[in-house]
Amino acid sequence: MTNTEVVHDAAAEFMNRSTKTQKVQAVLHKFPWLSSAVVLIISVITFSFFNENFMTPNNLSLILQQVAIIGAVAAGQTIIIMTAGIDLSCGAIAIFASMVMAKTSFVNGWPAWASFTLGIIVGTGAGAFNGYLVTKVRLPPFIVTLGTLNIFLALTLFYATGRTIMDQELDPFYLKLGYLINIGQFKLTTGVLVMLLMYALLAFALRYTGWGRHVYAVGDDIEAARLAGIQVNRVLLSVYMTAGFIFSITAWIVIGRVAAASPNTGSTLNMDSITAVVIGGTSLFGGRGAVFGSLLGAVIVGVFRNGLSLAGVDLYYQTFAVGVLIIVAVSVDQWIRRAHK
Amino acid sequence: MTPTVAPVLEAKNLVKTYGRVVAVDGASLQLYPGEVLAVVGDNGAGKSTLIKCLSGAETPDEGTIELDGEEISFRRPQDSRDAGIETVYQNLAISPALDIASNLFLGREIRKKGPLGSIFRMLDGSGMKKIAKEQIALLGIGTIQNIGQAAETLSGGQRQAVSVARAAAFGQKLIILDEPTAALGVRESKQVLKLVENLRDRGLPVILISHNMPQVFEVADRIHIQRLGKRIAVVTPKSHTMNEVVAVMTGALEIDEEDQSLGPVR
Ligand SMILES: Nc1ncnc2c1ncn2[C@@H]1O[C@H](COP(=O)(O)OP(=O)(O)OP(=O)(O)O)[C@@H](O)[C@H]1O
Ligand SMILES: [Mg+2]
Repeated sequence: MTNTEVVHDAAAEFMNRSTKTQKVQAVLHKFPWLSSAVVLIISVITFSFFNENFMTPNNLSLILQQVAIIGAVAAGQTIIIMTAGIDLSCGAIAIFASMVMAKTSFVNGWPAWASFTLGIIVGTGAGAFNGYLVTKVRLPPFIVTLGTLNIFLALTLFYATGRTIMDQELDPFYLKLGYLINIGQFKLTTGVLVMLLMYALLAFALRYTGWGRHVYAVGDDIEAARLAGIQVNRVLLSVYMTAGFIFSITAWIVIGRVAAASPNTGSTLNMDSITAVVIGGTSLFGGRGAVFGSLLGAVIVGVFRNGLSLAGVDLYYQTFAVGVLIIVAVSVDQWIRRAHK
Repeated sequence: MTPTVAPVLEAKNLVKTYGRVVAVDGASLQLYPGEVLAVVGDNGAGKSTLIKCLSGAETPDEGTIELDGEEISFRRPQDSRDAGIETVYQNLAISPALDIASNLFLGREIRKKGPLGSIFRMLDGSGMKKIAKEQIALLGIGTIQNIGQAAETLSGGQRQAVSVARAAAFGQKLIILDEPTAALGVRESKQVLKLVENLRDRGLPVILISHNMPQVFEVADRIHIQRLGKRIAVVTPKSHTMNEVVAVMTGALEIDEEDQSLGPVR
């Protein structure tokens, strides 16, 4: 062994001596969704222990159907939160897009494809408007989307004139995502599958494309990203537009699920989606997280609500439990961050 | 000893203000082919701001910049990079959560060959890792073991090394280093200085900002002295001593631009 090798070995040993806690932190740092996966597994086991009806294909299918909408919105919310932003207007965008789709098709008699396309354009445009205010007018995302939440809400009510469009009035195209399909003993709606598909595409883009890296870099340290030659405004705008697009696809899922287009739904979608993202391990400070975790987060909330109500627990306690989950999730995120300071 | 060749990069009378603070106050700078130009000056003399104007990280309020005799105006860092100028900023511009390889290729990722890259836009992760490893090895920073390690888990000096490696790997026209050895140990500083000399031998001119006078005198061909936002003198390690440079830098001595003679401040 030469001298330098000895030095390097000593260095290696010096670097690799970390405690068990630090190792756990390091793993969680690398796979931020891991802690939520553990929570999900534990809660599923616990609930099935307390109630035999929990672990049935029927009930599990029901949970998935219930989380389809929140899950879909959470996908878009995740990429915005990854850039250290937040979107309070997501639900309003989804409902606005759903009313545009339903009304142009039913009231104006447009063919389904045309009304659907317009709905997508409106939703993506709403996202672009948020992105414009964030990047060009340089307002904080919280303020921007608090404002546009109210604007989109008002536009929706104004446009819909308070009227719900019922299922028999809707073009059959819009009910397609409410269809049930059997996979083994499981009954999933097509809406669930569309949601899962969006997650798969987003996870791919974030993990394997340059765009994905730039999204992380911008959320991580925007000035460093800018100096490294990333056009940060373009990345941010693309994120808000992609999210708007996802929210307008969600509009389609919403119509399919409730078999109607109503201007009065979706008011809690913003908070519910943020809850899912946070429980899924994505950091509100940006730059850290995995979109897959938000799906787990949405499912965890669904499992908690479903499991607790099967166990006969009051709605109040369910909500209480979700609150505790959020605080625990953020504490874990902070703990992981501190480990690397 | 003004070289007769045309400068690669020439800035004339740059002014940059931040609100009421005048960071750069009519500074000029010439960088000639194949030279190492050191830029020295007290804290707050406007060195970093000056080079930020050159790299497009800031846009100067006044003044012109010419690259190979052609006037340019960089609006963002991306523009200077496209022109072959690589910069190591004082704050390093490293993304903490991204790994070393991703940081090295940030903003110019390599895609996979074939349809996976062109249609699906997939990145060539292993290819980039391989090149990143080679570049880090070139710098001889032995304590960086895992190229997949997140940048925030690196020490300050290791981070600096990654930033320098990035500039060295991609510099085509010239390289700007803003205090690249500030956080480095003795051995690592030597490596970076050797790298600077290698770059010069490759024909790449280098602008090196440093507070370390022995280092400056070791590698620089010319020394640009900045004071209160202005270039007050350009000297060479041969024409002047370290003490003289420090005296000029701090305003204790004045230098005559014409005959380079030193005299007390009037
Ligand atoms: N973004 C900014 N906003 C406001 N003032 C700034 C900004 N950047 C620099 N300044 C000011 O401009 C002046 C020059 O700063 P600069 O960073 O260029 O100095 P420097 O010569 O690089 O100093 P150091 O040796 O400490 O790195 C300082 O007075 C500083 O306070
Ligand atoms: Mg500086």
